[in-house]
Amino acid sequence: MNLTLSDQADLHGERGKARQMAMRILVRMLPVFGAEKFLDITAAHIDSSLFQGDATLKYAQRLSEWGAKVVVPTTLNVSGVDEHGWKRWSVPEDWAEKARRQMAAYQSMGCRPTWTCAPYQESERPVFGQQIAWGESSAVVFVNSVLGARTARYPDLLDICAAITGRVPAAGLHLEENRRGQVLYRLKGVPHTLLEDDSFYGVLGHLIGTDAGTFIPVIERLEAFPGEDHLKALGAAMASAGAVALYHLIGVTPEAPAMESVFRGAPPLRTVTITMEMLRAARKELTTADNEQLDMIVLGSPHFSLNEFAALSKLVQGKCRHERVQFLITASRAVRALADRAGYLEAIRRFGGRVTVDTCILTSPMLPSSIHVLMTNSAKYAYYAPGLLGTRVVYGSMEDCVGSAISGGVTIDSAQWSI
Amino acid sequence: MEHIIHGTVLVEGAASGPLLASDTPLSFWGGYSQFTGEVIDRRHPLSGEIATDCILAIPASRGSSTTTAVLLEAVRRGTAPAALITSQTDTFLVLASIVADELYQKPIPVVVLDIEAFALLSSGQYAVLNPDGNVIVRDR
Repeated sequence: MNLTLSDQADLHGERGKARQMAMRILVRMLPVFGAEKFLDITAAHIDSSLFQGDATLKYAQRLSEWGAKVVVPTTLNVSGVDEHGWKRWSVPEDWAEKARRQMAAYQSMGCRPTWTCAPYQESERPVFGQQIAWGESSAVVFVNSVLGARTARYPDLLDICAAITGRVPAAGLHLEENRRGQVLYRLKGVPHTLLEDDSFYGVLGHLIGTDAGTFIPVIERLEAFPGEDHLKALGAAMASAGAVALYHLIGVTPEAPAMESVFRGAPPLRTVTITMEMLRAARKELTTADNEQLDMIVLGSPHFSLNEFAALSKLVQGKCRHERVQFLITASRAVRALADRAGYLEAIRRFGGRVTVDTCILTSPMLPSSIHVLMTNSAKYAYYAPGLLGTRVVYGSMEDCVGSAISGGVTIDSAQWSI
Repeated sequence: MEHIIHGTVLVEGAASGPLLASDTPLSFWGGYSQFTGEVIDRRHPLSGEIATDCILAIPASRGSSTTTAVLLEAVRRGTAPAALITSQTDTFLVLASIVADELYQKPIPVVVLDIEAFALLSSGQYAVLNPDGNVIVRDR
C-alpha cells in the first residue's frame, strides 16, 4: 500500500476524527478495489443522502458531529422526503423527521442541497476526463458514458468518504486502460421510427444491462442520434438490470468516435446481435401488470429534465386526466423552477399533474396504500417498483402514459414494436 | 457428503448456517428487505427466501448504489445474512460490512471463491465458514 504523507496524516487523525474515519474506511477498501494508492478527485456526488433507516442516519450524524467537511464541490442525491411537500403525501411523520435530519447532516458538511439523482441536469456538470467520485448508479453511468468524466460505481457511505478526503482508489474506470469497450451489441431489423420512441431506450438498456452485467457494452452506430434524455434512460436501465457503469455508443458518446478506437484495436469479448424478438421479450419483462386497472402514472426516474417537461406540457396541453388516475412527476428543485419559469408547469397543473421534488416514489414512502398499479416510461421505476413498493407496473412511452391517464385505463400503442 | 472449498477472505470472520445460493447477482436496494431479510426482487431466483442468518452466495451485487445502506440497516436490525460468499470481488458488499464494523462492531464475513468453486454451492446445503476463508459445505 502506497499512502502519501497527506493520506497518512488523515489516517492518523491529524485533520480530525471525521477525516480519520473516512480515510480508515478508504484504506480498508483500497485492496478490495485492487488498488495500491489513491488519486485526487475534483468533484463528488453523494448517494448516501438517501435515508434508509437509523443506521444511515447514525452514519451521517457521526460524520457531521465529528466536524466532517467536503473538500471538493459536492452535490447531493435524492433524500428520503420532499422537504417542503411531504405532508401532501402518505409519508409517516417519524420517517420525515429522520430523513430531514439526515439531509441536515449532509448539508452541514458543505454539500450543495441539489437533492437529485440527475445532477448532470444542474448548473455545474463534470467535464471530459475529470476525476470524480459519484454515487447513484444511473448518474454514474451517465457521467462516465455521456460526459466522459471518470468515476467508479461508488456505493452509498463510501462516496462521502471520498468527498471528505478528496481521494479515491486509483483503479477501475478512473484509469484509461479500463475504459475500453468489451461486449459489442448490434441492432438487426429495428425500424428507424422505433429509434425515435422514448420507450425504446429503456427497453434496449434493460436488455443490454441484463446481458452485460459488469462488462462495458459498446452499441454499434444507430440510424438516429439519440438525445440526452434517451441516453439517460438507456444508462439508467442498464444500471438497474445490470451493474453497467460505462457504455459506449459509436458516433455519439465522446470516447467512441469509431469502432477501432473504442476497442483499442482488440476484438470484442463477444458480439451480440439484438433482434426485434429480443427487444419484445425485454419490453415484456418491464411490465408486470396484466389487466387494465391503473392507479397512477409516474414519470421522472432519473429526475425529469427541462426538455421532458417541455415535451410533456405539449402532450397534455388543453387536456385533463381521468379522475381515477393520479399523475406524478419527480424532479429536482432547480429543474422544476426552470420548468415553471418557462411556462411548462401551467399546462401540466391544469391537466391534473403534480410535481414532487427532492426524492422519488422509490426513496420516500409517499404513495398511499390505494396505489396498486403504476404506469411509467422509466425502466428504472419499472424495474424496482414491484420489489420496493409491492405495486404492479406497466411500461410505456410518455405518450402512452398521457393517453392512459386521459382514458383511465392502460392504452399502449404497440404498432412500432410488432414489426 | 462434505467438501472443503478454499476462498479468499475479504472481511474476516466465522459463520455457519443454511446455504442460499444463486448464480444471479442481487441488488439489495429493491431486492432485500431490511425488515424481514426476505429476497424481494421478484425477478430473482431467490425471491421469497429469507436470508437472515443464512450464508448467502451470489456472484456479486448489481444495480443500485444503495445496496450498501440496505445491508447496513439489515445488520442493525438483525436481519442480515450470517455471511456472504461471492464469485467476484464486490466492493458494495465489503463496504457495507466494514461500515457495520465501524458503527456496530458487527462486520459480516465476506469470502470470494473462484467461479468453479462457486458453482459447487447450492441452496439446501449447510455451510461453515472459517476465518481463514475455508468453506466447509455439507449436503443435508
